[in-house]
Parts: sequence; structure tokens; C-alpha cells
Amino acid sequence: MKKKVLATLLSVAMAATLLVGCGSSSDTASESGEAATESAGPGAAGTTEMEVEGDDVTTLNVWTFIELHQQFYTDMAEKWNAENPDKKVKLVLSNMAYDDMHNKLSLSLESGEGAPDIVDIELGKFPAFMTGEIGLRDLTDVIDPYRENIVQSRLDIYGKDGKEYGLPTHVGATVAFYNTEALEAAGVDYTTIKTWDDFKAAGVKYYEATGKTFACVETTAQWMINLMLAQKGGDYLDADGNLAVNNDTMVEVLQYIKEMQDTGAFATVPGGQPDNEEAYPNYNSGDYAVQIMPFWQTSRFTNYMTDLKGKVAIAAPPVFDTTDGEYQSIGGGGTGTAIIASSPNADLAAEVMAYIKLSETANEEVWNVLGFDPVNTAVWSDTALTENADNQFVQYFVNPPFEALNEIKDNIGTLNFYTDEKAPSINNEFCNVTLNNIFENGMDVKEALDESQATLENEFQ
Amino acid sequence: MKKFFYSQKIAPYVFVLPFVLTVLLFWIAPISNGVLLSFQDVLKDQWVGTKNYTRLLSDKIFLKAILNSLKYMIGTLVLLIPFPMLFASLLNSKLMVKANFFKSVYFLPALTSVVVVGTIFRLMFGEASASFANQVMEALGQSPIKWLKGVGTSYIILLLIACWRWTGVNILYFLAGLQSIPTELYEAASIDGASKWQQFKNISMPLVKPTTVYVLTISIYAGLSMFLESYMIFKGNNSPNNIGLTIVGYLYRQGIEKRAMGYACAVGIVLLLSVMIVNLVQLKLTGTFDKEEK
Repeated sequence: MKKKVLATLLSVAMAATLLVGCGSSSDTASESGEAATESAGPGAAGTTEMEVEGDDVTTLNVWTFIELHQQFYTDMAEKWNAENPDKKVKLVLSNMAYDDMHNKLSLSLESGEGAPDIVDIELGKFPAFMTGEIGLRDLTDVIDPYRENIVQSRLDIYGKDGKEYGLPTHVGATVAFYNTEALEAAGVDYTTIKTWDDFKAAGVKYYEATGKTFACVETTAQWMINLMLAQKGGDYLDADGNLAVNNDTMVEVLQYIKEMQDTGAFATVPGGQPDNEEAYPNYNSGDYAVQIMPFWQTSRFTNYMTDLKGKVAIAAPPVFDTTDGEYQSIGGGGTGTAIIASSPNADLAAEVMAYIKLSETANEEVWNVLGFDPVNTAVWSDTALTENADNQFVQYFVNPPFEALNEIKDNIGTLNFYTDEKAPSINNEFCNVTLNNIFENGMDVKEALDESQATLENEFQ
Repeated sequence: MKKFFYSQKIAPYVFVLPFVLTVLLFWIAPISNGVLLSFQDVLKDQWVGTKNYTRLLSDKIFLKAILNSLKYMIGTLVLLIPFPMLFASLLNSKLMVKANFFKSVYFLPALTSVVVVGTIFRLMFGEASASFANQVMEALGQSPIKWLKGVGTSYIILLLIACWRWTGVNILYFLAGLQSIPTELYEAASIDGASKWQQFKNISMPLVKPTTVYVLTISIYAGLSMFLESYMIFKGNNSPNNIGLTIVGYLYRQGIEKRAMGYACAVGIVLLLSVMIVNLVQLKLTGTFDKEEK
């Protein structure tokens, strides 16, 4: 009898602890949710939940890997709700680290469980989701109403077989960011830099005057490399789309950068590229003076390199030859917002996100809030917006940011490999092995490229 | 019914049943599924025969991952068996003051999360001249080092984390082994005039052998399957020139990052086999399979 009582008591105790466990975990969840909403500035990480009034509201889960995007999506969703009271949505945004988010997405698509409704996929990873059975919704129908104003090449990079799966955020035109204060002190005038030879010579002059690094050679990204490659008419693939990372143009480009490094004026940077948390302080302190980066780097300047306010000028990037009509710039990076096809709210999500990212208001906000170069180029020449004195980006930079953009507007190139399904692996090999071999370990350019070609061939066999 | 439960023949099976079920459900089932998947291209959902395995043979990055894991395993074995054994016998000695205090101090690191430790080590060994390690180098009159970009330096950092974290745990294992040795043996030895070192070599070492074999076995497994430490100090699964890539890291890269789940399963099977082979050889050599002497 005694035992029976004891057993009952123990069972009750166990059940109670179980319940307590449930209770406390849900409590903490809602608490952290509220906390996140309160502090939901551009800098807030983790989960942000929109507050929407009314009963007939559809909740949409959104995954992002750049926390700055969260604020933008929420602002735009509020505008959508005001205009479409019958189709109100409530966005629940989760921000995760770049690799984590893409890995989680691929796992959830693979297993068919746990995927969000809406997800930001980075350009370099996008082709990975275009293989096998595509788990994303075809967005051609929701893009149509906005199509005429949008740069078509930015839609193409998220497409396959005539279908479009991603909504672009920006053009990402590659430009040059010059720290004018540092350059002037060394007697370098950035406006005279037109060609890469000028760029290199300016670097040497700067280095001799200050002993500091002019610009970085990249080891974990290919912003400058892709620009140079496009300017020389090269690519990572041959004309038939076969892997050819050791082609002559590539060797020529990397050799050129290697020679820049050999002058001493160009060096690798902690973090391996300008858009990296380890790299920001080096630019902020003036140890590195120049960045060749896509236009969206503006938002990194205002957020992470605040000491440079009023000291940075944006200019068209150098070219190899000013007379042969080569590309002036190239679209770099990008985030394609995709809708998960299996989501029960896929159609609504697609319609809402098309509005959030492609409508005219959206394109204005892309500039106002995020500081990006919007895909609707009509915005580029609207000086009321682009030179608005209240805009934080206009205040930050020495010259009007869109001056350089309008200069290169009609001559922005791309690379074929962006949309190729081999791109994620190629990028991975370049950022981990090839560029490190060349710029950190001093390996011969051709040798390093041959080695990577062999590695990649093995992978794609 | 009563007969069934009170049967002496059946009772043992009833007692081991939960364990058997767990093994079947959480070990055998996933492993056999893994073997099946390793002969498939999961994304295209088709059988590809031994293609995944032939590809492994010519995969230089996989070879590099194996070498990295082996190197790490050997490093941890060399550092994490003799030293903890020595420390344990020091702690076990009557001459040691505040033994309990040191026991807990040594054990503390094992309670911290690898994620936190890895992040802190990554920051300490940052590339910038302001990082802790480079400040130390500066104080020593050396120039800053790109710690996490060199093969040798990153290996040292990984071993440093392993030692910092696991020394205490291994000390506990050895302490348990040492404390089960009857003190009479030592008394007899000292009466016969054996020095402390001779006592350690001829009494402690042979008698803690079962513990040593156990620690060796789990260390081989832990060394070969290391992943998180490298993932944390390189802030992701990608390291320059793959200097931090381990077998599990490669499995993760193929299966999750590149969605080649079949190929990743082949990697996993190779890991399983290599751990088993290394351990079987080791257990054979240490005589664990021999019948106990009566």
C-alpha cells in the first residue's frame, strides 16, 4: 500500500514538472518576443514580430540574413496593410547568420518541414535552390504589374527556364568609395583616377606618403575581381557553360591584382574583404583608404564606419581602357526574396512581397531606409529623393551618392556564372582556397587556378 | 502472466529491452538508412551504385579532411592521456594540498559551452594587432601573426582548446582508476624501497590500464569526429585553404551546404568504418579482447 502511494506521488510530481517545463518555456518565448518588438531597430537581431490590429490577419514567417532588412520589410508591410485592409498581413521576421539561414532553408526544403513562408536568399546561394525539384514559387505573375520599371537583368539572375523565383532588392552596381580626408593628406586626388593603372599608381603614391594600405586585395569575396573580369569580357565558365576557372582572362585579372599587392600599397585585410565585421574597424580608423564595393556598402558605412562621416566620396570605379567601351560597373551581390511553394499562404505572400520589394514606394524606401540603389532606375534620377538633405546617406557622403551611379547607369554588366548552378561551389572554392593561395600564401596564379579547376572538376563529375 | 514475469529465463531480456530498443531505433535504423542513402543521389532521387564512393577516392578535399582529423586526433592523444594521468596521480598523492580545490578548477572548463569557448578563442587569436594573442606577441617583441590563417598556428589553437577543455575530464577518469588501487600495494612497494617514480610506473600505470584503454577509445572517437571547435574558431564551416576542415565538417558541407546528402552519407560511412578500424586495432593491441586471467 505504501508503495502504491509513493508511486502515485512520484507520478504526480513527474507530471507536474513536465507541465511546469511547458509553462515556463512558453512564458520565456512570449517575453523574448515582446522584448524583440520593443527594440526592433535596424540593429536588433533575432525575431521581430509586427503588431497588427484586427482579426482577419494572415501571419507570414520571414527569414532574413541581414538584420537591416527587417525594419524595411516591417515598414513596407504596414503600408500594404493600410492600402489593403482586406488582406492584412503580420510579418514574423527571424534573422539568422548567413550560412545558418541558407543551411536551415535547404534542410527544411529537403525534409518538407519547418520552412518559412518568405525567405531572403543570397545571390551566391540562389542557384543551389534551382537544382532538382524547385521548392520555390514561380513569381512571374506577381512581378508582371511592376515589370516595366525594373532592371530586367536583376530579375534574370533569380530565374530559371523562363520562370522567375526571386524578387531583387537592388542593382548593386560596383563603385569606388574613397576616404577623401586620408587621400588629400597624401596628395592624391581621387577624381583623376580613371583607369586601373591610375588606381595602382595612386595607391603607390599614397603608400609612399603615408605607409598605410591604399586598398585591400580580397580573399573572401570577389567584388573587385568580378568587376575586372567583366570589364575584360571574362567569366568563370567557357562559352558553353563549362567550368573554366583557369582561363586566360582570369589569370590576367588575378595577375594584375597580384602585381598591385606586390607594390605594398595593396594588402589583405582582416576578414578578407571590406564587408566584414573584422574589416570595418580597419577602414573606420583610416588604415585602409579605398573600397571597391557594390553600392549597398553605403549602409555598412553609416552603420559600422561612423567615424568616416563626411569623409567618403563615391565615384565610378576604374576601368582598364577608357576608350574601348568596356563595362563601367557590374551588379554585385544581391538578395532574392523567394516564396516557399508549399506554404499555405504562398499566393498572398507573393503578392505582398512583390509590393514590398518592387512597387514604386518600395523602391523609394529601398534608398531612403537601406541606402541601396533600387532596381527601379526611375528613382535614380529623382533628385528630390536622391539629394534629400534629410537623408542619412546624403549627409554621410561627401558627394551626392547617385552622381556616380548615373554616370555608369547604362553600362552595368554581369557575369554568366551568377545564374549557373556551379556558382555556389565555385565561390566557395575561390573564397577558401584559390584567393588564399594566391594572396596569402604567394602561390603562382596559374598554378592556384589549375589546382582549383581540378578540385571543382572532381566535384562536378 | 505471473509465470512469465517471474521466469528467470525471460527476466534478463526484459531488463535489457529498453537498451536494445534504443539501439535499434536511434543507432541501427539511422545507420542502415545512411548506408542505403550512400548509394543514392538524394536530390535526383535515383540509385547511383558506388559512384559516391569512387568520387570519394579521387576527392582531394576529403583526403585533406581525413588528414586534418587524424592530425588532430593524434595531437589530442599525445597531450590528453599522459598529462592528465600524471596530474591525477599528483592529485591522488597524500602530499597534495587542497586537492579538491584543484580537482574542481581543472574540471570547470568542461562545463562551458564549446560555442562560447570557440568564440572567445577566435577573438583572442584574431588577426588584428589589437587581439589578445598579438598583444602578447608584441610584448614579447614579435610581430603580429595571422593565427587562424596558418596551418601550424590554427592546429595549436585547436589543441589548446582541446587541452583546456578536456584535461579536467580525463583527470577525473584517471583519479577514479587510481583510487580503486589498494593502498597496501604502495605501502609494500615503499617498504621494498621503491621510489615514487617506480611506484607510478610499476603499480599505478599497469593498474589503471582499463581506464587508459577507455579514455583512449573515446579520445580516438572524439578526435576523429571533432567538428564544433573548428566550426566556432573559423566562424563557420569554411576555413582558409580548408586548414580547419574535418571529416564531419566535410560531411556537413556536402550534405547540408551543398545538398548532396547521398555523398555526405558515404563520407559518414567512411568515418564510421575508420573509427571502428582504428579502435578495433587499438583494443586488440592493448589486449582488451584477451580473456581475463584467472
